[in-house]
Amino acid sequence: MNNGTCPECAADVPLASGVEVGEILVCPECGVDLEVTGLDPATVVLAPMEEEDWGE
Amino acid sequence: MPRPPRIGVLYSRVRVEEKWIFAAMERRGVDYERLDDRRVYFDVDHPEPWLQFDAILERSLSYTDGLCALRVLNAWGIPTVNTAGVAETCGDKLATSAALRQAQVPQPRAVLAFTRESALQAIEALGYPVVLKPVVGSWGRLLAKINDRDAAEAVLEHKATLGSVKDSVFYIQEYIAKPGRDIRAFVMGDRVITAIYRVSEHWITNTARGAAGEVCPVTPLLESMCLAAADAVGGGVLAIDLIEHPERGLLVNEVNHTMEFHTTQPICGIDIADLIAQYVLAVSRGRV
Repeated sequence: MNNGTCPECAADVPLASGVEVGEILVCPECGVDLEVTGLDPATVVLAPMEEEDWGE
Repeated sequence: MPRPPRIGVLYSRVRVEEKWIFAAMERRGVDYERLDDRRVYFDVDHPEPWLQFDAILERSLSYTDGLCALRVLNAWGIPTVNTAGVAETCGDKLATSAALRQAQVPQPRAVLAFTRESALQAIEALGYPVVLKPVVGSWGRLLAKINDRDAAEAVLEHKATLGSVKDSVFYIQEYIAKPGRDIRAFVMGDRVITAIYRVSEHWITNTARGAAGEVCPVTPLLESMCLAAADAVGGGVLAIDLIEHPERGLLVNEVNHTMEFHTTQPICGIDIADLIAQYVLAVSRGRV
């Protein structure tokens, strides 16, 4: 399986099929938000924190 | 034979909505490019790299970033969904209130004040409870329901002391005892395509705060109010939030210019992402 590594807790983060670069995942172990930055190989980084002007 | 339109999609994150929009573009064979707003820049006197696009769909998470991008793109003559003018109005609650007022669209009472003292005076004149909202903000963030004078004094002091200059622009709205729900309706151009109730036991009924969606019938009144609200802010692809006032009926509470629809699309069975793609294509061809 193509797994990324959580930069917070070093857990393996599996990428489900259909996941795209730029998507947000939740680390299955520590629960931190992760942004997918690569698919092959799978890479994830800590997702940016919500800013006060974010929204719709 | 003219070449097919080339579309840019400016985005920050690939949320469900962006995945659906990208998929809709791909199903339709649209020539499009994903433009991560963290990785692009705009050289104001050199628009050439951007002139390849016949239209750009703006889906930035940041209101500030999206608006800045739209201003430059529109200055270059590149059609955008939505326009900078629409974003400017919708992203600022006071600007929205002013536009709705100008168009005589019914809305909750709203009061603007610049000091703690005048804000307190305005709150007392409106009568408790009231809702204090940041002028720029979304997802139900930093809304304060103020039930009495003690709470008013505390919240006003905190905002004035701990916030930035813009937190001392006090936007105060009457509190409306909603029937446990509000309405979100989706407008594309001159059509209201669907609507949902956002149901919650909490007074904040944003789906971002856990409200559930239910299908809401688009009545002639709802349709006419939504189209009037959309027209008031400049039109485009918009989500109109309405409150059912127990005596005054429907009131337009907010208009959103980069709406989310992950709750609505599955409930209503309408492919909103595809309709957005079609709308952007129509804009690129000068048909909107």
